[in-house]
Amino acid sequence: MKYFEVKNLEAAAGKKHILKGINLSVGTGEIHAVMGPNGSGKSTLASVIMGHPGFTITRGSIRFSGKLINSLDPDERARLGIFLSFQYPSEVAGLSIEHFLRTAYNAIYHTKQLSVLEFHERFIVAANSLKLRHDLAERGLNDGFSGGEKKKLEILQLALLQPKLAILDETDSGLDIDALKTVASGVNRLRGESRTFIVITHYIRILKFIRPDRVHVMIDGRIVKSGGRELAQQVEKRGYDWLKKKE
Amino acid sequence: MPTTASKQEMLTRPDPMSYVFKAKKGLSEQVVREISHMKGEPSWMLDVRLRAYQTFLKKKNPAWGGDLSTIKFDDIYYYMKPVEKVFQSWGDVPPAIRTTYRRLGIPQAEQKYLSGVMAQYESEAVYHNLKDRMGKSGVIFEDMDTALKKYPEIIKKYFGRVIPAGDNKFAALNTGVWSGGSFVYVPAGVKVEFPLQAYFRINARNAGQFERTLIIAEPGSFVHYVEGCTAPVYTTDSLHSAVVEIIVKPGARVRYTTVQNWSKNVYNLVTKRSFVYEEGVMEWVDGNLGSKLTMKYPSVYLLGRKAHGEVLSIALAGAGQHQDAGGKAIHGAPETTSRIISKSIAKETGRTSYRGLVRVPRGMTGVKSNVVCDALLLDERSRSDTYPTMDIKESDVQIGHEASVGKIGEEQMFYLRSRGLSEPEAMNLIVSGFIEPIAKELPLEYAVELNRLIQLEMEGSVG
Repeated sequence: MKYFEVKNLEAAAGKKHILKGINLSVGTGEIHAVMGPNGSGKSTLASVIMGHPGFTITRGSIRFSGKLINSLDPDERARLGIFLSFQYPSEVAGLSIEHFLRTAYNAIYHTKQLSVLEFHERFIVAANSLKLRHDLAERGLNDGFSGGEKKKLEILQLALLQPKLAILDETDSGLDIDALKTVASGVNRLRGESRTFIVITHYIRILKFIRPDRVHVMIDGRIVKSGGRELAQQVEKRGYDWLKKKE
Repeated sequence: MPTTASKQEMLTRPDPMSYVFKAKKGLSEQVVREISHMKGEPSWMLDVRLRAYQTFLKKKNPAWGGDLSTIKFDDIYYYMKPVEKVFQSWGDVPPAIRTTYRRLGIPQAEQKYLSGVMAQYESEAVYHNLKDRMGKSGVIFEDMDTALKKYPEIIKKYFGRVIPAGDNKFAALNTGVWSGGSFVYVPAGVKVEFPLQAYFRINARNAGQFERTLIIAEPGSFVHYVEGCTAPVYTTDSLHSAVVEIIVKPGARVRYTTVQNWSKNVYNLVTKRSFVYEEGVMEWVDGNLGSKLTMKYPSVYLLGRKAHGEVLSIALAGAGQHQDAGGKAIHGAPETTSRIISKSIAKETGRTSYRGLVRVPRGMTGVKSNVVCDALLLDERSRSDTYPTMDIKESDVQIGHEASVGKIGEEQMFYLRSRGLSEPEAMNLIVSGFIEPIAKELPLEYAVELNRLIQLEMEGSVG
């Protein structure tokens, strides 16, 4: 069994069926890209893997490290080592970023919690690597942030929380090319044998900086084609329509 | 409020019975006379009390605000010596309050004090230390009963000047039967560098039911007065009706911080007002956590050019609670400025109301005022209302008003939970963030305990 396995996954928001039988296997340390046009269900897949309460799994299974996680709460999944970088991160005014992240870190690593000072040192190192200002630490979580700042902050969280499986949901959207390079090199530094990535994207752009091992194309709630990096190039040349027709 | 040496002495007498005044329930002219007599007051104060009592009889309960119909004025003790308030057993204190004390980590001696099981507390040393620190600066900090004996001419000059007995029914009641409270006098140019508070958990119990506080800040002076505490204060008294009068003379600044967490059987009906003269600054910082019903609208009367007033408040209403709070700014001089910020949180069947007034009479040019009231509802059963009154008769002014009612969103919760935080942890962080702009104005020990208290409340409200 692979490190992360989704089998015949079907999920709905209310009565609306969005995921219609997803199969996805990702090995330890691999990077998989999930591409697809708008409305194909990519973000829903990310939310369902993380345990969003707005979706109901109607069929199938999600297994992480051999464990069935279908019915776990989002925080339980996070504590197992799953992380979602949000397409639209929420704002929480008055909640300082560093305080929030230290609380989160200590919730995940509750047997080896860090003191305020220990965490602060790590925070500064991570902020530097993403070219983020240090006074960010005291700002309210995403409060009044630009789209690009929010995305960088998601990657900062990824760097500090050190998950085993990271799902990046449209991390490239809203980033200019310099910000994209910074974010991508941040992600690349976190690559390793024990860290697995699923990169969800509409465009191939980010995949030029974060090179995937496998590429999957998702259309209308199903993965319709899987392949190597060359599949991404085909999508860049031909768009998604040829895959739809094939359906 | 500090315990004075004389009061402390009385409390520690071996035979307290000989000092006990056998008060009757209910209010009459006779009771008012007895109170004044027991305290050995000058006759003018007795006259003030008797006139106020007549006013109290004539005044009706306010028709707005919370439900006051269940207050039984005849079923209240209007005067008790502190010794009578104790001697209830630890077992009588509601388990919920005992649990909260334990979880807040309050030392047992303080727990017993807060819940009225124990009368004495070693606050005398703390108080003396405070007096030493004030040294020869001329600052006076006494309890009101002592101050009336030691400084009758100052009290006579200012008592009831900011809040006359006729202001409202509860101000009249307080003026008739007041006991305790603080008197603070800061001479011109003196800046008191530490907050005046005896000890942050201990002072609350001393406050009493009908305390009366008067603060006078002479020109160019500064003082920060702190009353109350974040830990729940258990009392069997069902009515707390205080009056706080503050006079801020030209160029002076007074900050008055209150945190009340009365047990949930208490009607907390308090009148607080300040007169602020030219270039003076008055800041009310007000936290309301406890009581069954609180009606409290700290006011600033800006009476000199460029005077500035602020009312910053936090209210938390849980099951069965109604926090009707807000602030008033009366701009009685040109170029005066005010800021009212109210943050309220309601959960279960709790209800919060913002009630505020900004008044600018004609001719008061160059006035600026900004009002922000934000409410957060934690569930479907909670309720929040806003009653802002803007009485603006001058056109050369800048007035801002923003109000919002928010709910904790599913997306916000999912986001925080996806980072490993449990549901109560996530909710606690959102609520703490919501009140942060005001909580950061509180003295540190209050802010820390307030956060812990909210944490406990959140655990109770989830799942």
